[in-house]
Amino acid sequence: MAEIWQGITAAFWLIVTFDADLYEIAARSLLVTCSAVALAALIGLPLGAWLAVSRYRLRRLVIALLNALMGLPPVVVGLVVYLLLSRSGPFGVMGLLFTPWAMIIAQVVILTPLIASIAHQSIRDLWAEYHDLLISLHTTRSQRIKTLLWDSRRALLTAALAGFGRGIGEVGAIMIVGGNIDHVTRVMTTAIALETSKGDFALAIGLGFVLIGLAVAVNLALHMLSGTEVRDRW
Amino acid sequence: MIDKLIRIILVLVALIMIASIAAADTLKMAVTTSFHNSGLSDVLLPEIAKETGLEVQLIVVGTGQAIRLGEAGDVDALLVHSRKAEDAFVNGGFGTHRREIMYNDFVLVGPSDDPAGIAGAETATAALTALAGAKAPFASRGDDSGTHKKERALWEAANISDEMRTPDWYNEAGAGMGATLNTAAGLAAYVLTDRASWLNFGNKQSLALLFWGDPVLFNQYAFLPVSPTKHPHVKHDLALKLEGWLTSPRAAELINGYTLNGEPLFTFNAR
Repeated sequence: MAEIWQGITAAFWLIVTFDADLYEIAARSLLVTCSAVALAALIGLPLGAWLAVSRYRLRRLVIALLNALMGLPPVVVGLVVYLLLSRSGPFGVMGLLFTPWAMIIAQVVILTPLIASIAHQSIRDLWAEYHDLLISLHTTRSQRIKTLLWDSRRALLTAALAGFGRGIGEVGAIMIVGGNIDHVTRVMTTAIALETSKGDFALAIGLGFVLIGLAVAVNLALHMLSGTEVRDRW
Repeated sequence: MIDKLIRIILVLVALIMIASIAAADTLKMAVTTSFHNSGLSDVLLPEIAKETGLEVQLIVVGTGQAIRLGEAGDVDALLVHSRKAEDAFVNGGFGTHRREIMYNDFVLVGPSDDPAGIAGAETATAALTALAGAKAPFASRGDDSGTHKKERALWEAANISDEMRTPDWYNEAGAGMGATLNTAAGLAAYVLTDRASWLNFGNKQSLALLFWGDPVLFNQYAFLPVSPTKHPHVKHDLALKLEGWLTSPRAAELINGYTLNGEPLFTFNAR
């Protein structure tokens, strides 16, 4: 129990003394996860919308599969991405293993189904509402998708934030494909795992608190930017 | 909105590109968790960078995984401690040669009241026999690392078969040295560890150093460059440059001089 208080103190001092290593790994965590969320959103949002407005064979199976993929085990994703990017694997020549790129690729794989699935849920409901209107206006499918994406942007922000939440706290995949190399691929979660293995629980907990604070700050910043949850408005 | 998103992505991509253009001479080396957890790497790496200009990037894994990374050509060199696996690696053509760098020793750590009474044992075999006889809780690495291979060899030497090590007292953690020490501390269990990791470990709780000194507990660390014939992309010249430094008098001075609470952790023995 004492470690938790020591952890809070450690977190406080790391932040106020502008500990260079802490700020470096925090920035790298943000960089990796934000890039992964952006790429996953770029794939997942249109995919979710397309799946919502189209009617195709085995639709229920496809959606069930997409929802199931939300629970992809990161360790397995890490291992598969490792095998693909390994020098002995099909994309080995690109030399991406043990770089931030490999970490981003692994996280895109983990986050895309999550973002696509949440996007699909919200757009499906909106599509039920907009269906007659958009059909009567003779819109093309891409126009419909664009309209639905724009009008459900608040829900899609939630999808992106859910993706961010899963990515920023993820350790299984990035540990394998990133290698936790100091100053190259070390991020908050892998640093926490490392300090835990050294038995330095106070520092590990301290880093954990910083990570939680980081996630809160990012969420708050995005909500402020998008102008939601203003006190007196709906 | 899409434009903005694309612009943000481009900026991020540019930042990562800048970040991944590392110093010209970078070398990836897979090292054992015990080497890194001991803290020696934090002393050696800055000196290596200063004196040779090499930026050594460490991938900290068990010896088993380190060898796999070397076989796949994902690292340029290995620093590991399991003679049999190393010889197999070189004989398989994956490494050019094996160069001994330094040694320390394995020790048996356990609850300080020592319920199995191993502190007075004459040999490692006797200590393990006492452990098995008392069915005292034991935490094993269980990850095919150098330490785990050593532990299994010791059980074998003591004629205690896999079947006799039942899960009611023998716990396979399946984790690195630090994580296994945490498990042992939590269970008040006995554990085999290298001396350096033990001295540098921060969560000792009721554990104490109980048995050491049997010559079979000798722990040799060796450096193995990955073969450029097998994997033409590996930075073999840099690996040789690193080997040159690791076997130099300067390295000897730093390795022998690295102490924790006044105790030396490693002994340099490169020839």
